[in-house]
Amino acid sequence: MKPKKILIAEDEPSIVLSLEFLLQNAGYEVTVTRDGNEALRMSEREKPDLIVLDIMLPLLDGFEVCRRIRENETLGHTKILMLTARGHESAIEKSLALGANAYMTKPFSTRELVKKINELLTTAAA
Amino acid sequence: MLTGATIVLASFAYVGLLFAIAYYGDKRADAGRSIIANPYIYALSLAVYCTSWTFYGSVGRAATSGIGFLPIYLGPTLMAALWWYVMLKIIRISKANRITSIADFIASRYGKSQILGGLVTIILVIGIVPYIALQLKAISTSFSIILKYPEVVMPDKAGAPLFLGDNTFYIAMLLAAFTILFGTRHLDATERHEGLVAAVAFESLVKLLAFIAVGLFVTFVMYNGFGDIFNRAAEVPQLNALLMLGGASGSYTTWASLTFLSMLAIMFLPRQFQVAVVENVDERHLNKAIWLFPLYLFAINIFVLPIALGGLMHFQGGGVDADTFVLTLPMAQQQPMLALFVFIGGLSAATGMVIVETIALSTMVCNDLVMPVLLRMKWLRLTERPDLSGLLLGIRRGAIVVILVLGYLYFYLAGEAYALVSIGLISFSAVAQFAPAIIGGIFWKGGTRTGAIWGLAAGFLVWLYTLLLPSFAKSGWLPITFLSQGIFGIDLLKPQQLFGLYGLDDTTHCLFWSMLANIGCYIGISLLQRPNAAEHSQATLFVDVLKQSSATAGSRFWRGSASIDDLLALLGRFLGPERARDAFAVYARSRGEKPNQAPAADADLVHYAESLLAGTIGSASARAMIASVVDEEPLGIDEVMNIIDEASQALAYSRQLEQKSRELEAATNELRGANQRLQELDRLKDDFISTVTHELRTPLTSIRAFSEILNDNPQLDTGQRAKFLGIIIKESERLTRLINQVLDLAKIESGNAEWHSSEIDMREVLEDSVTAVSQLFKDRNITLEIKAPPELPLIVADRDRLMQVMLNLLSNAAKFCERPDGRVNITLMRQDDTLRVDVTDNGIGISPSDQKIIFDKFRQVGDTLTQKPRGSGLGLAISREIISHFGGRLWVTSTLGEGSTFSFTLPIKASSKFEVSGLKLDQKFGT
Repeated sequence: MKPKKILIAEDEPSIVLSLEFLLQNAGYEVTVTRDGNEALRMSEREKPDLIVLDIMLPLLDGFEVCRRIRENETLGHTKILMLTARGHESAIEKSLALGANAYMTKPFSTRELVKKINELLTTAAA
Repeated sequence: MLTGATIVLASFAYVGLLFAIAYYGDKRADAGRSIIANPYIYALSLAVYCTSWTFYGSVGRAATSGIGFLPIYLGPTLMAALWWYVMLKIIRISKANRITSIADFIASRYGKSQILGGLVTIILVIGIVPYIALQLKAISTSFSIILKYPEVVMPDKAGAPLFLGDNTFYIAMLLAAFTILFGTRHLDATERHEGLVAAVAFESLVKLLAFIAVGLFVTFVMYNGFGDIFNRAAEVPQLNALLMLGGASGSYTTWASLTFLSMLAIMFLPRQFQVAVVENVDERHLNKAIWLFPLYLFAINIFVLPIALGGLMHFQGGGVDADTFVLTLPMAQQQPMLALFVFIGGLSAATGMVIVETIALSTMVCNDLVMPVLLRMKWLRLTERPDLSGLLLGIRRGAIVVILVLGYLYFYLAGEAYALVSIGLISFSAVAQFAPAIIGGIFWKGGTRTGAIWGLAAGFLVWLYTLLLPSFAKSGWLPITFLSQGIFGIDLLKPQQLFGLYGLDDTTHCLFWSMLANIGCYIGISLLQRPNAAEHSQATLFVDVLKQSSATAGSRFWRGSASIDDLLALLGRFLGPERARDAFAVYARSRGEKPNQAPAADADLVHYAESLLAGTIGSASARAMIASVVDEEPLGIDEVMNIIDEASQALAYSRQLEQKSRELEAATNELRGANQRLQELDRLKDDFISTVTHELRTPLTSIRAFSEILNDNPQLDTGQRAKFLGIIIKESERLTRLINQVLDLAKIESGNAEWHSSEIDMREVLEDSVTAVSQLFKDRNITLEIKAPPELPLIVADRDRLMQVMLNLLSNAAKFCERPDGRVNITLMRQDDTLRVDVTDNGIGISPSDQKIIFDKFRQVGDTLTQKPRGSGLGLAISREIISHFGGRLWVTSTLGEGSTFSFTLPIKASSKFEVSGLKLDQKFGT
């Protein structure tokens, strides 16, 4: 079976590095992008199964990226996991309202992150 | 020809005319169209002050003492100047409390004291009787003289029988009859007599015209004008003396005491109080009366000296009493009509005084003396009688007769021993005794009932002893040794040289001792006690009357309950049932209620009833009567004090309130602004915390993630493990740095940072900073140079802080010029009173919009780049705070793509300007 594709949209290099390691280790195919515009382009091109989307992205923030992906019917299957450095309820609610499937607050537990991503992708497969 | 019948007929015709005027005045008043509601009538009615004392006596006085007659008119003229305040206050008080006499006024002021009311009445009856006698004497004398026309013969009174055989007695009884007809036809709650006032004003006009007519006759018919009379008089040595001040005209003390006495008399004589206060229709009339009344006094005095001198020259050799010159000069010149007119004028002066004075006195005798006594006699069962108005009228009429009989008796006993003026002064001195209690009462809240009683009693007794009793002694009705040796032969007690005081005239002597005793007792005893609740509440009502707006203020000091029926029944007994019902209906209408609607009387209604009753039986008796039907809750002094405080503060408070509300509005606006700024600050603080949190979470995320990775993946190879550990260490350092900077900035901004200032050489700081970053620049291949002139002044600053600024600027510069020919130049120069440092790079530059925000916290010019530069975003914010702390400025100039220059200035220490600002800074930051 072909490995599922995950796009990481995050601008903090060391966090990108950790996510890259964790998800590759979990057997996914990982692509990385560092700003919002690029995240949109990559999504359209790669059609990832899941995007790990940071809210505080340069050029175009995570909310906007999320909204546009949800408008794109060709990306209907793509799961979105929002990463937020702000624990605000409002940010979380807004994410879910815009169509994100789950969220994680920084700093996150690596085990939970991987577990949540696995779950999201298994339900999608089933 | 002038026959007795003509004279009597003319007199009765004149009195008939007065009745007609009074009747017309009353009718008009009942119809609501008052004829006395104008200031001219008011001023004329005040001229009731001028009695036969003025009409006949002034000339008599002038004939012996020149202008010595004047103080009696100077006093009122001076006093009139104070009326706008003193009289206005008395009028206001009297209207607000329905005060109907001077006794009522004093009693009411001192806690509605019956004793005080009675005392005042007794003093007045005794004190005024000589004055009434004076009028009787004038009428009787003038009548006797004019009967003999055309002969000028002085009446011989010696041996005249008492009472029935004496003309004067009939005159007294006729006057009593007039007075009863004028003043006691009906009872009125306000004791106002419009018709009477109209008649009195008319009389004032008649006596003035009569006097001026004689004056003109003497001056311009008998002589050739003022100049002629005075020139001729100047040729006669005795007369010349009359034209000089001093000597005959009296000593300065006499002038002063007479002026003072008449100042008080114009206020406190019962008839003056009656016309000026009780009969006052509109307090604004006072404004005109203040100059009209003195004008009247001036007019009636113009011809006094010419007539006196004319008389003295005409009747040379004596034989004609100077008190009669006004009448005898026209008679001697065969002018019957003028003589008759003068007689009528004199009659006017005398009757006006007697009628008004007696009405006022009879009201007091009834309200303040007889009624309180009768009401106390429980066996009379007065309070149970359905209608007492008849009794009240009866008492007053009786009082009028008694007063005139007393006047006649005094005239009979003592009248001949004195000139008209001297008799009048005895009364003036008695009336003056009220001054401390009244003047003190309306200006001083501390005066007490006991103080007033003792003051009045003491002053009265001294007056009795030093002035009234001597007048009997001089008439032979007391042993003359009383005067020459004192009582019991004790020298110090000689009535007219009391305690060895001599050299003063009788009046001044009495004034001195009586005022000393009176004022001394009043103030002394008042100071020894605290006023009780009733006194205190009345004191406040009186003293603060001009500050109170409503006439019902009195009811605020009362608490209790009463039934309307009880009140109505009580009022009915005194006013008559019908008038009582009418009064209540009027009250109800004024309050917009239907009559008898309310089941119980409220405080205002009880107060209204009391004031109605006060008009009829006096305030002290009214208080007692109301108390008998009202279930009163006694007010404690504390409560009264509270109410008083409230009342006196209310007005000041409302004025303050306006001011306060304006201030409040301004404060509200300020607060609104402050609130907006606070909200803005709060939002900024939230943003800051949120940003700080975000900035803290970022390195923490990496640290946690890699720690967990290392923990969960023991199989990792050494290279990867080292790489991950390196990241953890670097991110930890970043976290630490961030926390330090946040704390640093917070300290600087809150003013809690520690500053270690010293004199420093800026060049050294720059060189040290270059050394510190040299490795970094060498690694990135960036050239770094310093340009600085050799000699520069020192500055005062914290060396470490300046290093911090330089390191921040240099590391920023290094960040943004990673290019092959990267170059950073530091220049140091002197600019006016400052040192200026420029850090110039040839890096990527900063856009104009970014230039504005890079000094804000957490703003990083890397945001627009894919590669975010490392840093907390606090460095420039902190640097700017440091530079401005030392009085300098930090700014940036930049062109995108060509590079940036960060510059700052610092004041030079040597400049005096800096020393001043440096001192300020030191104080501000407590270094």
